[in-house]
Amino acid sequence: MMNRPIAGLPIAGRPTAGRQMMTSRLGLRIAAPLAIGILFLALWEAAVRVSGVPQYILPAPSAIARSLWTDGPSLLGSLWVTLQITLAALAAAAVIGGLIALVFSLSRIVEISLFPYAVILQVTPIVAIAPLIIIWIRVPFLALLTCAWIVAFFPIVSNTTVGLNSADRNLLALFRLYGASRGQVLWFLRMPTALPYFLAGLRISGGLALIGAVVAEFVAGTGGAETGLAFRILEAGYRLAIPRLFAALFLLSVTGIAIYLVLDFLSRRLLRNWHESAAGEAEE
Amino acid sequence: MVSAVGEVEPPSPILELHGVTKRFASGLEALAGIDLGVARGEFLSVLGPSGCGKSTLLRIVAGLTPPSAGTCRLLLDNAPGRIGFVFQDPTLMPWSTVTNNVLLPFRIAGRAGGEERATQRERALAAVRAVGLGGFEDAYPHQLSGGMRMRVSIARALVTGPDLLLLDEPFAALDEITRLALNDDLLRLWERHRPTILFVTHSVFESVYLSTRIAVMSARPGRIVADLKVELPQPRGRVTRTSAGYAAMCDSVSARLAEAMGGA
Repeated sequence: MMNRPIAGLPIAGRPTAGRQMMTSRLGLRIAAPLAIGILFLALWEAAVRVSGVPQYILPAPSAIARSLWTDGPSLLGSLWVTLQITLAALAAAAVIGGLIALVFSLSRIVEISLFPYAVILQVTPIVAIAPLIIIWIRVPFLALLTCAWIVAFFPIVSNTTVGLNSADRNLLALFRLYGASRGQVLWFLRMPTALPYFLAGLRISGGLALIGAVVAEFVAGTGGAETGLAFRILEAGYRLAIPRLFAALFLLSVTGIAIYLVLDFLSRRLLRNWHESAAGEAEE
Repeated sequence: MVSAVGEVEPPSPILELHGVTKRFASGLEALAGIDLGVARGEFLSVLGPSGCGKSTLLRIVAGLTPPSAGTCRLLLDNAPGRIGFVFQDPTLMPWSTVTNNVLLPFRIAGRAGGEERATQRERALAAVRAVGLGGFEDAYPHQLSGGMRMRVSIARALVTGPDLLLLDEPFAALDEITRLALNDDLLRLWERHRPTILFVTHSVFESVYLSTRIAVMSARPGRIVADLKVELPQPRGRVTRTSAGYAAMCDSVSARLAEAMGGA
């Protein structure tokens, strides 16, 4: 395809020193935190065994692992409940947040009038309003979803609004010169410009949706058939089943990390051809 | 077509500016009474110091900003695509390939059927090849060097076959070697298609080498202080740069420019 090599264009099939360095760096990226983690767990295990701290104050990692093994299936069931709320809230935040940003970008008046209220919704502690929402919305799933959505939507709205307004001035002039309609400017220029901003917001919202879902479950409290992971944590605390509490916490953090990694991967995939944050790696 | 012996048929005008003045809301006066006529097929350089309102003049001609006073009359179809614009930065869409960037004017024009679409694609690919980027049709802007990006920008401006090409210091940010190469490429494109070119620059050498006529502007508020014909033989090339005529012309244009900056 290419008739001459140019700087910055990766040449296929030729392993370079740079690429080797990159793979070794990637190895280090995994190995180093892993080593720290193992060291930390070993010290923890040793400290608990030597000091003889009772399990209901600080369980040893081995006890947590055992609990993870025995309670694992039922905890995973609860995790699934929480995960459903989280993902639904994230999806709603992406769609509704994106649409709100779109409306904001189309009308300055609407943005000026409504943005403060979005901020108010964002800064109000969800713990404080969750009981109200749970009373107002009788369907538990929807109530929890709403709580998680309130926590998660703001980064998407604010980021995407900035992105939609960040189109290159000269490109805007060029679109005008060629007689583009507002719709075309939006579709061909503003929306692609906003994509990296939207994705950055989405990555933040992913973690927030999980936190929102957990907080809402804490407040909602009730068990019933659909018991989320947060309620299991509360329950384990009441029963002094501390290893199970830790096991549930462990699952929660793994879920948070997984959500982040998936969204990070998605954003790299979508931006790999053009955005600096993603392109930098290909060019190294 | 019949003209009396010894009489040259007056070239048909494409652009007429009368008393064009631009004052910004801040009170800054960028242009003060510009009178300028441009004939079809001319390569006119607008030469002046930085901040003299050259770019503003170009934006007024393109219809991107209205003049505060005076008139700007374009004698060409009102249809979009009759004017091409090249900015100082390549101004490409980083998410689009070279071909799709060049296709932008057609995309905006829209409503193209399957057959027309194929023709447009052909024209875009031809424009990409015309600026020497054959083989890079599917590359993304971040994979290209600064000079190559500028070539894409020029291809995009040319793809609609514009009657008037407006270039706003397009090569100012490029290194010397790339700039010289792009100067020659621009000359070849102009010789082949003969669009009218309005070329804003602050380089005396560039303006003399490229243009058939040079309008020298004073420092802000910009006004045209000299209108010089460049009589160097066509087609121009490496030989031009070493000719005595070129040196003499550069010298005289420099003198007028110095006069404009010191005198105004």
